[in-house]
Parts: sequence; C-alpha cells; structure tokens
Amino acid sequence: MKKLDRNQMAARVARDIPEGSYVNLGIGLPTLVADHLPKGREIILHSENGVLGIGPRPASGEEDEDLINAGKEPVTLLPGGAYFHHADSFGMIRGRHLDFAVLGAFQVSVAGDLANWHTGGPDAIPAVGGAMDLAMGAKKVLIMMEHLTKKGESKIVERCTYPLTGARCVNRIYTDLAVIDVKPDGLHVVDMVDGLAFEDLQRLSGVPLRRLATAA
Amino acid sequence: MIDKFFASAEAALADIPEGATIMIGGFGNAGMPAALIDALIAQGARGLTIVNNNAGNADSGLAALIAARRVRKILCSFPRQADSWHFDKAYRAGELELELVPQGTLAERIRAAGAGIGAFFTPTAHGTLLAEGKETRRIGDRDYVLEYPIHADYALIRADRADRWGNLTYRKTARNFAPIMAAAAKCTVVQVRETVALGALDPEVIVTPGIFVQRVVKIAPSLRKAA
Repeated sequence: MKKLDRNQMAARVARDIPEGSYVNLGIGLPTLVADHLPKGREIILHSENGVLGIGPRPASGEEDEDLINAGKEPVTLLPGGAYFHHADSFGMIRGRHLDFAVLGAFQVSVAGDLANWHTGGPDAIPAVGGAMDLAMGAKKVLIMMEHLTKKGESKIVERCTYPLTGARCVNRIYTDLAVIDVKPDGLHVVDMVDGLAFEDLQRLSGVPLRRLATAA
Repeated sequence: MIDKFFASAEAALADIPEGATIMIGGFGNAGMPAALIDALIAQGARGLTIVNNNAGNADSGLAALIAARRVRKILCSFPRQADSWHFDKAYRAGELELELVPQGTLAERIRAAGAGIGAFFTPTAHGTLLAEGKETRRIGDRDYVLEYPIHADYALIRADRADRWGNLTYRKTARNFAPIMAAAAKCTVVQVRETVALGALDPEVIVTPGIFVQRVVKIAPSLRKAA
C-alpha cells in the first residue's frame, strides 16, 4: 500500500470538480488543487478577500501587491474575472452560491462535523478567518487531510474533540488513503489507494465504514 | 464648495479622541492604509478599539500601534499569524481584549452598521464556541445566530483614485473591506494614490460614492508601504 502524496491528493480532488463549478480552495493543502485542475475544464476559483476567476501564480517579478488570495499570496486574474468587496464575497459563500469549498481539517466526525480552526489548548490564540462561513455556506464541503495524525490516530472520529468549525457540514473526505462520503446513514468508502484492504482501512479509521458496491 | 481633500494624514486624523473605535481597511498589504496608520501612531490617541481582519504583522502598521500600547480591544477574524508577535505578546499579557469574529460575520456586521440594520441572523458559527451565549433561532430548516452591527467613529481606508466629493475607485483586491467600512464609520478618512478633478471618474466605475467619505489624503506611492 502506498499513501498518496500531497500532489496526488490534490489531483484526486481536482478530478471530481466538474466544468462550470465555482470553487473556494482553503489555505494550505487545498490550495494545491488549483495546480491539478484538468486543462480545458472551465472552473472558477473564488477567494474570500474579494475575487472570482483566479489564475496561475504570477511570474517572479510580476507580482502585484494589490492582487492576492486569502492566503495573502500573489495571484493573477483570468479574463472574465471580477473584484468585489468583502460583504459581497461572503454573501456568495453564505448565500449558497459556491458549488464547492475544499478545506483542511484537524478532525471530521462520522456525522460530518468539522474541526479545523482551533486546538482549544489553553495557550492557543484562536483564529478563525472564513472557515466557519465556508463550512456552513458552500453547497458541498470537501475535506482534504491526512488520514492519520502524526501519532497514528485517525482524524476521522466518532465525535470531534477539538472545537467545531461547523456541525454536520462535510460532504466528502479525501485523505492520503481513501475517499469517503459522509451520508445520513454513515461513512461510505468510495475509493481507496492501491494495495489497501478495506479491513485495514477500517482498522486504521477506528469508526464504522461502509463499502460502496462501486468502490475500487 | 465641497472639498474633502486634506493636506496631510496628520491633519486628517488630528481630532481622533481617546477611546475611539477605528476601522482599518486592508487584507494583508492589499488596501492597507499604511500612511494613515503611521499618522495614527504619531497622533497619540490611546485606549482605541480597532476593527480589522487581522491583528497586525511584523513591526509596522497595526502591529506598531499595538506595540505602542495604544489599543484596548481588537475585533478581527484572524489574529494569529507567523509574524503577529506584538499582538500575541499583548494578548497573552492580558493587555488587549480580543473579540474573535468569523470573517463573513465581521464583514456583514460592518455592512449592517452602514446600512442601518439593527441585527441579523446568520447560519455561520451556529453550534460552535463563537456562538456561545448568543441568541439563536431556527428559521425554516436551518439554525441561525443573532449578530449585531459594528459601528465606528472613524474608518481609515485606502483607495486608488478620489475626486473632491470623495467618490472612490479601488484597485484589484485592495478593495476588500473599504467600501463597507466607509459606510459604517461616522468619519471615513481615505488614503488615495491619485486625486482627480470632479467629473473625471466615470460614474459607472465609482465603487464608493462620496456620501460615505469625509476626508481624502493623497499619498505618494513611494510612501504607501509602511516603513
């Protein structure tokens, strides 16, 4: 069994995003999805700070300090792109206009609860940004994360122990081991990496999984 | 004759009193009114409440205002950053009150203030720590949290071009919070790259009409970045 690396995970998410989608990619791992969107598919990327139609990174020396994404990285604008203010930007999110938000996570529960903003530690300074708005607002919330913590514990849990970003908001989880749908009757495995047995995924995950008839 | 142009940032901020609530535009360096923040630091008012998306970076701008112990409270969505050491220190020392607000709720609370809305229900943060103690309501099949507007005494923002009536255009993602902050504050002070004659701005591309703007200061581009 070979775990997916970060770029392979990004490519796996990108494969599932159809032509014509409006998509917000969260800071960190999800940002990589932009590099793997299939060429020829028109997909419009949104960023919280007020832009639709984000293009590739600018060439070195071509950066414009007035054109950045929510991660404060320099970006470019595609023909057809648009700028707007912050309240409109979050109106797009909260108003259910975005087809997909791809977010990172500390934990996801079997009910689709998401924890990704705060460890809750006594010395931790909380910071939330747009995570709660995206979790509650996007039509579909896709989570992209390593399956296990560095200590080898499953990040898919019965109940989140970290403070929630949103309750029952996750639709699908992409990990370095599997793709799992969150449904009212539980977690359905739709895809697994080559060489991984369902029983092993079940053992590593520690929460009940169902195997879709169509799972690879 | 209406003339909102001020000769300097110092003159435009001279009357800010102790304890004022000040919105500061910008998201990262995009739209950050660096010259106005520098002038606010020099101006000396203490006990300020600041509304910004972040809580300062590195050693200039809002971070320098915090380091100078001039800020009593911050409302923001994302204070913790790799280089937010001045905020981190003041917060851990208990010298600075933090009201953490989800980014979209922050934007909508600012927008609501400028639009005369008394309060609103939002689904964001329902069932989380950030909704604790807040009124909630089930409307249709969703749960919502009651949120109140954020008003300000001053807004310090950056725009691209302005005329003497205070009509503004912006540049790219530097727009971010500026239009809603301009509407939410009693006195909006704008740092612009260029001032133009009345009538020179295409009415179709004016983003913030001058009714939301009180003072305009032209800052040479070389001075736009914080020292």
